[in-house]
Amino acid sequence: MSDIADRVKKIVVEHLGAEADKVTENASFIDDLGADSLDQVELVMAFEEEFGCEIPDDAAEKIQTVKDAIDFITQHQTK
Amino acid sequence: MSEARPLMAGRRGLIMGVANDRSLAWGIAKTVAAHGAELAFTFQGEALARRVTPLAASVGSQFVLPADVTDTASLDAVFAAIKEKWGRLDFLVHAIAYSDKEALKGRYLETTEENFTNSLRISCFSFTDLCRRAEPLMTEGGSLLTLTYYGAEKVVPHYNVMGVAKAALEASVRYLAHDLGPHGIRVNAISAGPIKTLAAAGGIGDFRYILKWNELNSPLKRNVTIEEVGGAGLYLLSELGRGVTGEVHHVDCGYHTVGMKRVDAPDISTVL
Repeated sequence: MSDIADRVKKIVVEHLGAEADKVTENASFIDDLGADSLDQVELVMAFEEEFGCEIPDDAAEKIQTVKDAIDFITQHQTK
Repeated sequence: MSEARPLMAGRRGLIMGVANDRSLAWGIAKTVAAHGAELAFTFQGEALARRVTPLAASVGSQFVLPADVTDTASLDAVFAAIKEKWGRLDFLVHAIAYSDKEALKGRYLETTEENFTNSLRISCFSFTDLCRRAEPLMTEGGSLLTLTYYGAEKVVPHYNVMGVAKAALEASVRYLAHDLGPHGIRVNAISAGPIKTLAAAGGIGDFRYILKWNELNSPLKRNVTIEEVGGAGLYLLSELGRGVTGEVHHVDCGYHTVGMKRVDAPDISTVL
């Protein structure tokens, strides 16, 4: 679990250029981390690649915070 | 033996429609740049400027301009800048399309007049407009290239109004090739198989189904890459393709030749 959380946070930090201490589990990509709607799509694609899972459109739309991503991936990851 | 001159040495081209490093236009741009082309790029809006500027720099281009194909003044400025800086243009890549996301799922029948008009305006007319603007700069001949998809020819679930727009775009390619041929300017399209680009992932309903179906059923039993689209782009934009115009060239692992599911392809519901 903590491994997934660390990998998710690392992707978010790298992709958004956010400061690591701001990437908390409750941080919202758009509201707190300065992401735009394109970033949100790119983040989902990066999560899919990193964890070998597919994130369907309706689930992707619900991934708004770091915790949302960690929770989805914890349930669906293959690697 | 002397080194061969790079295929695109001395060639200057405008790349329109890079969103990020997964974009088909980027696959073409980096391939022609690797063969010596000098490039200019356009972006629409600040969100894309952030993404395009570093990519352009990575292929040695600082020539990055804003362009909205529905804004005549912005296109005037782009072509004025090219004329001033380069004096001529050798090739152009158009990788621009738009539809309201809501229209890219469910029934085509539900497309509104407003979205129909807007989608055709941005995804089809813009190429005609750009070709007209490029013509006077292509004083030594040229090559104009757009991107299309099989949904123009056959029904692909969810592609909807974009399929209609791409059909119109493909017809435009033939008419533009006819108009511009006497000036040594070629006009072609690449019909790329599905690739998970930012636009496709963010816009087309249930895109992973389309990807998986193609992977299971194309003759090469896989999906294409942006580098493979880049290779075909190099051929059409360079002297290699000098006898080719008015063509819609499929770079889709052969999928467009297939009439039905492969016998050995699994039921798609078991793999999704």
